[in-house]
Amino acid sequence: MTTDIAASLVIGAPEIMLAAGALFLLLLGTFRGDRALGGLTVGAVILFGLTALTLVDDPPGRQLAWNGLYVADSFSTYLKLLILVGASVSALLALPHLARLQSARFEYPVLLVLATLGMFMLVSANNFIALYVGLELLALASYVLASFHRDNAKSSEAGLKYFVLGALASGLILFGISYVYGFAGAVGFEEVAAALRAGQSTGVLVGLVFILAGLAFKVSAVPFHMWTPDVYEGAPTPVAAFFAAAPKVAAVGLLVRVAIDAFGGMVGQWQQIIVFMSIASMLLGAVGAIGQANLKRLLAYSSINNIGFLLIGLAAATPAGVSAMLFYLAVYMVMTLGAFLVLLAMTDADGRPLERMEDMAGLVQTRPWIATAMAVFMFSLAGIPPLFGFMPKLAIFNAAVDAGLYGLAIAGVLATVIAAFYYLRVVKTMFLDPPASAVVVPQGRFNLAMMVAAAVLVSPLGLLLIGPLTEAGRRAASALF
Amino acid sequence: MVQALVFWLLASVVVASAVMVIVARNPVHSVLWLILAFFNAAGLMISMGAEFLGMILVIVYVGAVAVLFLFVVMMLDIDFEKLRGGFVRNLPLALLVGLVIAAELVLVATAWQMGPLAPAALAAPVAAAPSLTNTQAIGTILYTDYLYAFQAAGLILLVAMIGAIVLTHRTRAGVKRQSVRAQQDRTPESAVSLARPPVGAGVDTEEGVR
Repeated sequence: MTTDIAASLVIGAPEIMLAAGALFLLLLGTFRGDRALGGLTVGAVILFGLTALTLVDDPPGRQLAWNGLYVADSFSTYLKLLILVGASVSALLALPHLARLQSARFEYPVLLVLATLGMFMLVSANNFIALYVGLELLALASYVLASFHRDNAKSSEAGLKYFVLGALASGLILFGISYVYGFAGAVGFEEVAAALRAGQSTGVLVGLVFILAGLAFKVSAVPFHMWTPDVYEGAPTPVAAFFAAAPKVAAVGLLVRVAIDAFGGMVGQWQQIIVFMSIASMLLGAVGAIGQANLKRLLAYSSINNIGFLLIGLAAATPAGVSAMLFYLAVYMVMTLGAFLVLLAMTDADGRPLERMEDMAGLVQTRPWIATAMAVFMFSLAGIPPLFGFMPKLAIFNAAVDAGLYGLAIAGVLATVIAAFYYLRVVKTMFLDPPASAVVVPQGRFNLAMMVAAAVLVSPLGLLLIGPLTEAGRRAASALF
Repeated sequence: MVQALVFWLLASVVVASAVMVIVARNPVHSVLWLILAFFNAAGLMISMGAEFLGMILVIVYVGAVAVLFLFVVMMLDIDFEKLRGGFVRNLPLALLVGLVIAAELVLVATAWQMGPLAPAALAAPVAAAPSLTNTQAIGTILYTDYLYAFQAAGLILLVAMIGAIVLTHRTRAGVKRQSVRAQQDRTPESAVSLARPPVGAGVDTEEGVR
């Protein structure tokens, strides 16, 4: 089979568009300098919109391109649309923040576009080589973004920590891939799956374990989660918001594709690993967050906790489980971005960010709207009906029970109860404690508008979206089975 | 006969220079021995017919990596004598670990069996064509079947470049740069000042010069 370039260009149009757009924005930025940041950000969002237009026409079935390294199906289209939403919001919410901290450099939107391209390649990977290059593209851009405030020691530390641990995870994945290649004799997902149908060996199992460990690092599942709180705390808040939203979607999507597409014949083997990681992430994410005084660290533990819930759907290894995951991802992204938007709005009169729990005390008396929005996000993250966050949790637990994973579902419910404690503690601090000394002066009108929009989406009004979202999720999941 | 001679010559130089990398007192000499080892390893590859790999080894390892090592060794203030301090004391342990690893390697090599899953993997991905050099063979695969990965690798390098500039480039105050425009805009009026100092007095540089 050789590459049919013309057909590949058509099928891979979203990626081509992002790559060309990134180069164009970079060129524009080098000529116009750092004052082009605002224009480039808008340009990046327009680019994301145009890319979304090439995606909405979603033909049924699988389309292979680039000699089978690339696949476009409903699954990848769904995830790509989510990633575009996450990346657009992350690009826009950074504008007032970067200007305030004297880090307004034009490379920010360019790196964001390149990271998005990496995520696109991840969710469309149909081959371990394509997987690895996509992963590296995303990871390298992420390392730079994490240390974007290079004059801030914490930001540099976050970037370095992320880089060292990320390189280790990449090494693990490569090591695993080499085992799979050696024992299954192929790097394409379909070829590996075909080889596994013919017979399995311990060597492939070793490779599978290493690949799963590396991917678990990328989605920050326990026991490979250690970097998450430090990186979220140290990285600039807009970047942390980006990390919590879009790359998580891409990495979870990739994990699902590798597990179902390539290793679908070894469900019995990887299911145990996923079940363990799921329970450990849920519990550690819930317990670890209790002692946190820094809101960014708290949200980092919240993301670990949510990854645990997401993995329940993968452990079920059924179409219902995967479609519940996809539903969960969409809602989780809105909730997390909303919570980070609140965090970004928390600045004092001098424009310094307020990130500590005590800064939120009594917020309802000084800034009732922000406090209400945060309460909506927290209740929703805790999964309390009638807010939107309840529905995907229900769908995931349903899928687990249908697949006979009763223990996992029970552990999930327990973890939800524990996690509710710290989410509600934030609400209690805002509504019942005496007001803090620091005055919150929110900046960036557009950010506030996006915050309100996110709050409306996760409020009971958002429940109107259940129909289309579950339908899209079901359609996307059916592309894998 | 000549082949065997070349092999033994290159191989013994590789091993000898690798030993010298470790025992050389001066770290700069270590790097130079390393470069010699790279060159001879490249020679080994070429003598086995893998000329592309051999050339890449020279370009990448000698051209880039070894020079980078030299920079690191020369510019970082590392006390190599201190690093080497416990050499004799730790030697028994090091020998033990080395022996265990060597024994393991021998055991693995003798006990290894082809896994049950690698039937077709042994077949070469490109049909053997005597007219094709292996550089051409790699090229025909890399630029057709793996075009996607190749282009993506290019983008990764671009991100690395952007990242290096974002993280390290800064505009410092007080740096003197050449400005062709400013040089061409100079006129005799702005560049030359005439002074008539009285007898026995000096010229105040602040007076006329910008």
